[in-house]
Amino acid sequence: MPEFRETTLPSGLRIAAEIDAGYSAAMGYFVRAGSRDEVDSESGLSHFLEHMMFKGTDRRSAADVNRELDELGGQSNAYTSEEQTVFYATVLPKFQDRIIDLLTDMLGPKLDPDEFQTERQVILEEIAKYEDQPPFGAFERAMEVYFGPRGLGRRVLGTAESIEAMTADAMQNYFRRRYRPENIVLAAAGNLDFDGLVEQVEKRTAHWSDRPQPPEPAADDEQTLPAGIFLDRKLSINDANQAYLVRMGPGPTATNDDRYAARILASIVGDEGGSRLFWELIDSGRAEVATVWPHEFIDAGAWFAYLVCAPEDIDSNRRLMDGVVQQVAVDGVTSEELQQAVNKAAAGCIMQSERPGNRLFGLGSRWLTCNEYISTDETLQRLRALDVDQVSQAAKRYLTQSGEEIVAAEFGSVNDE
Amino acid sequence: MLTNATNIHTQTLSNGLTVLVQSMPWLRTAAFSLSLPGGVRCEAMDRGGLSGLVCEMVQRGAGPHSSRDLVAVQDNLGLDRNSGVTAAMVSFGAAMPAESLRQAIELYAEIVRRPHLPQNQLDEARMMSLQELRAIQDEPTHRVMQRLRELHYGDRLGRSPYGTEAGIGKITQEEVRHFYTDHYHAGGGILAVAGDVDPSQVIDWAAAALDDWKTGESLPLESRESGECYEHIESPSSQTHIGFAFDSIPYGDADYFKMRAAVGILSDGMSSRLFDRVREKRGLCYTVAASCHSFKQAAGVFGYAGTTPERAQETLDVTLHEIEHFADDLEASELERWQVRIQSGLIMEQESSASRASSLASDFYQLGRTMTTEELESIIEGLTVQQVRDFWVARPANEYRLVTLGPEPLSFPQTAANTR
Repeated sequence: MPEFRETTLPSGLRIAAEIDAGYSAAMGYFVRAGSRDEVDSESGLSHFLEHMMFKGTDRRSAADVNRELDELGGQSNAYTSEEQTVFYATVLPKFQDRIIDLLTDMLGPKLDPDEFQTERQVILEEIAKYEDQPPFGAFERAMEVYFGPRGLGRRVLGTAESIEAMTADAMQNYFRRRYRPENIVLAAAGNLDFDGLVEQVEKRTAHWSDRPQPPEPAADDEQTLPAGIFLDRKLSINDANQAYLVRMGPGPTATNDDRYAARILASIVGDEGGSRLFWELIDSGRAEVATVWPHEFIDAGAWFAYLVCAPEDIDSNRRLMDGVVQQVAVDGVTSEELQQAVNKAAAGCIMQSERPGNRLFGLGSRWLTCNEYISTDETLQRLRALDVDQVSQAAKRYLTQSGEEIVAAEFGSVNDE
Repeated sequence: MLTNATNIHTQTLSNGLTVLVQSMPWLRTAAFSLSLPGGVRCEAMDRGGLSGLVCEMVQRGAGPHSSRDLVAVQDNLGLDRNSGVTAAMVSFGAAMPAESLRQAIELYAEIVRRPHLPQNQLDEARMMSLQELRAIQDEPTHRVMQRLRELHYGDRLGRSPYGTEAGIGKITQEEVRHFYTDHYHAGGGILAVAGDVDPSQVIDWAAAALDDWKTGESLPLESRESGECYEHIESPSSQTHIGFAFDSIPYGDADYFKMRAAVGILSDGMSSRLFDRVREKRGLCYTVAASCHSFKQAAGVFGYAGTTPERAQETLDVTLHEIEHFADDLEASELERWQVRIQSGLIMEQESSASRASSLASDFYQLGRTMTTEELESIIEGLTVQQVRDFWVARPANEYRLVTLGPEPLSFPQTAANTR
């Protein structure tokens, strides 16, 4: 059984760890800095800043940062979402002090103007890369339409327009505003020395509280659309073979106890093998993808549906999908279905928990957003305690509400309704 | 270095199926990988997609189980499963809570030995294959790399496991049945198991489920010599997608790890040559990478970069320049970083039964024997920078196969290597 420990430093920076005696140790800084924290002129800044964290500090050049990360072996990377930016590494336990020194140093970036210009090109390439990949921006568009183009609906990468217009000064201000100790959690999982970790981090981060705090940026004009944002429900993609349909409706938030029932419901309705949508649409060869899942944010929730099939079949498949979903909402789920989905989810949870590198993300995100620790065993208990009624109620609650629908396809081949 | 010395149990059944088991008692899980020689190479040239379709059909009901029963049993056992075909093999595998392993082995023995191959589901399975084929045609990276494999390995070894629309369209029930009868057997098969298991028990379960299965021959892999070439696929894409390949040596070659180290120094990690010099220093792209691929007798190094069209030529030129001049300024510290990376990876592999089972199967297929983690670790530790440099100088990358996808073609770079 892993041991959970946590502390809050005088600066407000929080540390949470799940300790066991495994082969590796995973560590990461979780920062409340995501696209929902940006204003229009900062669109894409959280993610751009994530890249710049690898570009050198007062003690290290950009090349030093990358070289040292590699010297410590293991896996290290970073990602940005609507609600947080995360910098993490999984290393052998003997490298704990060195990786903490490096990650902590990275969180005080130099933001060198030349590196900023070079990295701007990399971000523009990243945007172009996703434009070429299915579903060709349909998820971003669904978020923009459902939540509005600001807040949770603001795209993480920003737009080519916002990235081209970005300045190093705006980045400096955003950094000082968001990367404050009270907005940051250091999470760790695996084979580690917790007391040593706390001592080292306290020493290395004491000066973070001294950073000047810039004023809040001017609020956006809600009457305008941010540069490069469109809200059409149809995305016209040249050369696409398949049609991609994304739907969004309400779902449970990260603090709503319904979320366990919603996850099991999603498994019964839309899992890759053996779900109702699988038998109706995938096994029969009608669609390549037909699935649903809940996505929990801190204070909001979304329920996604995703359908990929030949453009000419999208209307008939949409009807079949609606039929499956409505039937679950009306009739609920069976006890066999519930049992099967819980067994599958429980096994998945056990397998996922074996690597500290996997456990880190749930641990860090949860502590950052809710100051709460949920162990693997507690998750298993919560899943196994679900009954047919709870899952059927969740179906009534989340599957009967209308939402927004986006279709990306080579139009002309899709029937307009 | 490793706290748990590896002990791999190997047992070849009388019908030629090899069972490999490694006990990892510190885990709560177990995983298996069952590979049979019914891969893409067994397809007729005009039936591209047959091996994949048969792999799907055998899972549509077997022994006492209907298609739906099978999935219910698998889910209730907590099997995180996968299946698929490569040029050489068809594979079925799953990771699971360790207590499910015995039933999982018995279930998969039913699947490969007593599938129903239901005729009334052939069209549905065919539609499924066509869906997958269409979907990957929307992935530009996949299209480029698949065409590159065909150019590099030839039409047979390099062909797509997804098949062709024409091939999938023509497949009959009779052909599915014949393919299954001819190519699903124990001869040359490998069952690899790792996790919280007792090896002698696993060998007993495997023997009980599979020892009386028929044996058979497996077809040799045919490869084709290919030379320098360039193909452009026109597309209105946002980026130009660049794939390149050159000849290399297979996994069993005595020099393999020198080559693997060189490609690792080029491409593994954020301080690797390509990431540092193409992306970090010049900002030319988001993705640039190279990796080794190996069959038993043929191999290649495959590389990819994606970049906006106006910078694509420079990206290609800089990337190939870095490969060509790799040995000029190679430093010992670069090899050391790669060695630490591999060593960490090997130690962390102890945390995953699925990862270990798949390494066991792959080593045995490529080498005809298993390799312990300690053996691999000592080979990696023994490499010197001089060996890596000498290898690269003696076998320079040349005769590039190049494929691009985007609005405009690029010019084939005139590197010193390909003008020699």
